[in-house]
Amino acid sequence: MALFQLIGFGPTGWGGLLLLASLMTLCVTAVALLIGAILGSLVAWAKLSGSRILRTLGGTYTTVFRGVPELLIIYLVYFGGSSAVTAIGTAMGYEGFLGLPSFAAGALAVGIISGAYQAEVFRGAYLAIPKGELEAAQAIGMNRSLRFRRIIGPQVFRFAIPGIGNVWQLSLKDSALVSVTGLADLMRTSQVAAGSTRQHFLFFIVGGCLYLILTSFSDRFFTSAEKRANRSMPTSLGQA
Amino acid sequence: MTPTTLNQTGTTMAGTTRLSVRNIRKSFGTHEVLRGISLDARDGDVISLLGASGSGKSTFLRCINLLEIADHGEISVDGELIQMEQRGGKNVPANRRQVDRIRSELGMVFQSFNLWSHMTILENVIEGPVHVLKRPRAECIAEAEVLLEKVGIAEKRNAYPAHLSGGQQQRAAIARSLAMKPKVMLFDEPTSALDPELVGEVLRVMRSLAEEGMTMLVVTHEMSFARNVSNRVIFMKSGEIDSDGAPDQLFGSGGSPSFRQFIGNFGG
Repeated sequence: MALFQLIGFGPTGWGGLLLLASLMTLCVTAVALLIGAILGSLVAWAKLSGSRILRTLGGTYTTVFRGVPELLIIYLVYFGGSSAVTAIGTAMGYEGFLGLPSFAAGALAVGIISGAYQAEVFRGAYLAIPKGELEAAQAIGMNRSLRFRRIIGPQVFRFAIPGIGNVWQLSLKDSALVSVTGLADLMRTSQVAAGSTRQHFLFFIVGGCLYLILTSFSDRFFTSAEKRANRSMPTSLGQA
Repeated sequence: MTPTTLNQTGTTMAGTTRLSVRNIRKSFGTHEVLRGISLDARDGDVISLLGASGSGKSTFLRCINLLEIADHGEISVDGELIQMEQRGGKNVPANRRQVDRIRSELGMVFQSFNLWSHMTILENVIEGPVHVLKRPRAECIAEAEVLLEKVGIAEKRNAYPAHLSGGQQQRAAIARSLAMKPKVMLFDEPTSALDPELVGEVLRVMRSLAEEGMTMLVVTHEMSFARNVSNRVIFMKSGEIDSDGAPDQLFGSGGSPSFRQFIGNFGG
């Protein structure tokens, strides 16, 4: 029974902290996904643009951030960012180390990586829009921004949902790496609990279960979003 | 536009030139697809454009609303010349706003319907009037319902395009164009993608439009439509107009030898 108390919500239990940590993991991932969506749509736009320079820049972004280990990016943003901030601080007369807030650094790092994957998702979604529908929009007199707002945007969103669900899952797991910066996310809290109680097996199993709960719930969320967005598709695809 | 106002335009404004095309040339790479085509469509004209595939008739139609940009030539809609300029050695529209406005005055019906798949039929029909013409939504819905009734798919108003047959989709696409109250309707092989048993329902809608006085340019392989509904037939060959005249005359004895051969292939 002592084990149940350890993961319970009593005074000696880690339950409350683990719950908070799960929430922290969700928050980091959500902010990262948002940052990634902004970066990803810019990069997708660059990759689809007529300018060769923009296409090369976009291509470089996706190659680099999909090709380099996530942990390295996190170190780069957190420690690299912190030393940059420290250097600025020193120049302005402040003595000592200045750290970036670990939440912001973590979300930014995971967001940058997520952006590289989302760029590919958005690009694929754009290419999936039937060309004729874009022509019909031109033919009816829609200008560029109206076409984007009314025809391209909603359809890219629709075609992107399955891919974004996938990226969300990846980002959720990448967010565990943010624990190296000391952010009290699910990974970090499981680790601390395991270490201080010496119940490694218990807490890593519980942590794993909590990750599974988060991923399977988000999976459900994305599946239902996909169904809703696909209500206009032929039955074979839409209501399967 | 309600059917009655269409009728009025057709009768009171007869004789006005709705569309004037001068000496259109267009090449894709080294291949010259259009070699100087000119055409005037007066109010209420129903012009069938015939020709073998590759004769340039679809490209010509697409040049009129600038889905393809002609390398050379002039296009006027209802007396307004589309302004072009030379940029980097290419002929390009000088004024994007003018192009968008003129496109909104030209209805286009595509071979593959091209309804917006994420919108219901009613949403497709009101999209242009509400967002391009910025008219009140309620008014557009009321008009759209009349149009859907007219093309015979009122009961499908809340369905999505993917759930309709090809013939129903094409009739919805016609309603979508009509909702813009176009000055000229362009049809690019509107029945070519349809199963044979669905062709009739689309042709019937087009015929009733013609009877109401709509000015129409129709690229088609439907000889019966060209012969019985249009008042003028243009036969294109290798990017040029080969024959041009009233259907009775061309289908009678007036057609060129190439035209005779062309309709011979249709068993006509």
